[in-house]
Amino acid sequence: MKSLAEFPVLNVENVTKNFGGVSALSRVSFSVHHGQILSLIGPNGAGKTTLFNCVTGLAHSDEGDLYFGDLLINRLLPHEITAKGIARTFQTIRLFKQMTVLENVMVGAHSRSRAGLWGALLKSRWVRLEERKLTFHAQRLLDFFGLAGKAHECAANLSYGHQRKLEIARALASAPKLLLLDEPAAGMNPKEKEELLVLLRTIRDRGITLLLIEHDMRVVMPVSDRVVVLDGGKKIAEGTPKEIQNNPRVIEAYLGRRGSGDGER
Amino acid sequence: MSRRKKRKVPLTQRFREYRFFFLLLVAFLFPLVDRNPYHIDMLVTAGVFMLLASGLHVIVGYAGVLNLGYAALFAVGAYTFALLNLHWKISFWIGLGASAFTTALFGMLLVFPVLRLTGDYLAIVTLGAGEIVRIALNNMDSLTGGPNGLLGIEHPSLPLTHYSFGVDSAPYYYLILLLVLLVVFALCRLESSRLGRAWVALREDELAASSMGINPAWVKLSAFGIGGFVAGLAGCFFAAKQGTISPDSFDFVVSVTVLAMVVLGGLGNIYGALLGAFILSLLPEFLRGFEIYRMLLFGLALILMMLFRPQGILGEARRN
Repeated sequence: MKSLAEFPVLNVENVTKNFGGVSALSRVSFSVHHGQILSLIGPNGAGKTTLFNCVTGLAHSDEGDLYFGDLLINRLLPHEITAKGIARTFQTIRLFKQMTVLENVMVGAHSRSRAGLWGALLKSRWVRLEERKLTFHAQRLLDFFGLAGKAHECAANLSYGHQRKLEIARALASAPKLLLLDEPAAGMNPKEKEELLVLLRTIRDRGITLLLIEHDMRVVMPVSDRVVVLDGGKKIAEGTPKEIQNNPRVIEAYLGRRGSGDGER
Repeated sequence: MSRRKKRKVPLTQRFREYRFFFLLLVAFLFPLVDRNPYHIDMLVTAGVFMLLASGLHVIVGYAGVLNLGYAALFAVGAYTFALLNLHWKISFWIGLGASAFTTALFGMLLVFPVLRLTGDYLAIVTLGAGEIVRIALNNMDSLTGGPNGLLGIEHPSLPLTHYSFGVDSAPYYYLILLLVLLVVFALCRLESSRLGRAWVALREDELAASSMGINPAWVKLSAFGIGGFVAGLAGCFFAAKQGTISPDSFDFVVSVTVLAMVVLGGLGNIYGALLGAFILSLLPEFLRGFEIYRMLLFGLALILMMLFRPQGILGEARRN
């Protein structure tokens, strides 16, 4: 019998995406296995975020297929994909700034709740119960991220590092099987990055598969089970962090052309 | 949750509750103290605009869709009741529901062009939709009476009694007060619900909202439906009170005025919309003495607002 870890949660097969003649992704294939943390690295413009957008329905691939488990998700809309169990964060933080921290997380649970127009107007027992459950779960997530004390603050008032954490909490509120994080460590200080590493491992240990875009090798290397390297829309390498570190093509992509050690951070 | 929150900040919350009841008491006693029918009539008009503003507030303030043709929905509500009453003698109370639901449906039809557009294009489409309705009413003579409008719409009467509202202002005053209270109560409930959160999330960031599992099409549809429903109530009331309606009452200026009310009070805040409606519908009356300068002063007031308090009188409801 196969162990759970051998089943791919996400299968990316020959995905190609062009933006009017510019090829953002060309025939990229890889798969993410259950319970893994897979990091996607590569220089700016390598197509990492485009791939994220294809997976979450914000963009549609021109060619190739995306499977979430057995499910073909190429043509699904973003909210449908979230309901299936894929959640994401954004490279540039996209919180609902005028809403409170708690409300942000509660919106994240939108696809896990169902009170509609009539429910809200009549406010029957199950609606109140659902509201209470939503609040409770949101509070627990905030606890987990150390944001419980700021639950009723406006999201815009949080520090940058806290906003990043809140984005992850909001994504987790949809109870995803696969979580996509777009540069979660960007703008964090070293201490916050350390905490992030712990958080990422905890999330993985709870059975959520993680797909990560990250530039900071001090985050990528210790936390990833596998690393996929993109450059110019093509996959140039895949392997364990060790293998990637010593891969000549990766070194060329990062060092050869950029000229300086840790070019971007 | 709201209950627990109340206990945490009892002082401000209590003050809010009392303020509300105080206002309600003043509103309730007003016609008994001031028996000038002209004054009461002014307040009834203000009430109609308060309904309209709170309906538009859902579309503009929550769903974040700039709608420049809201008068069209008002017109649909008014004509629906007028036609039902003139042709089939449908009473006001049934007409109220019928107008509201018809207008809600009509509002939802407007969403389909809206879904594909944003920004300026969207504003132009809603503006166009508003004008199309008015022009259609003007030209479908056989059905709507064209520019002359429809005459002889029945005034409301209390069921099971022979009491008719007639031309006296006071009963209309209490009726519109009741309608405004019901609508505000319902909208407050919606605001604090899952749907309300989805509206605000969509307005804040449509892309992130859709990635959180919110279906933008459905959420906008519900906002337009509710905005239409409220406009339908207002339209039906307006038709029943006036007894006669014509397309002139639903022109572009009405759309813009209601939008100004929503923005003046503070976008995304229902009390702001109510206050804005109250002020802007009474202001022209107070400026009557200046007659020719009236519109000038009105414009000046709006410009000053934009300069010194662009977030509106009350500002956004979601504070901290």
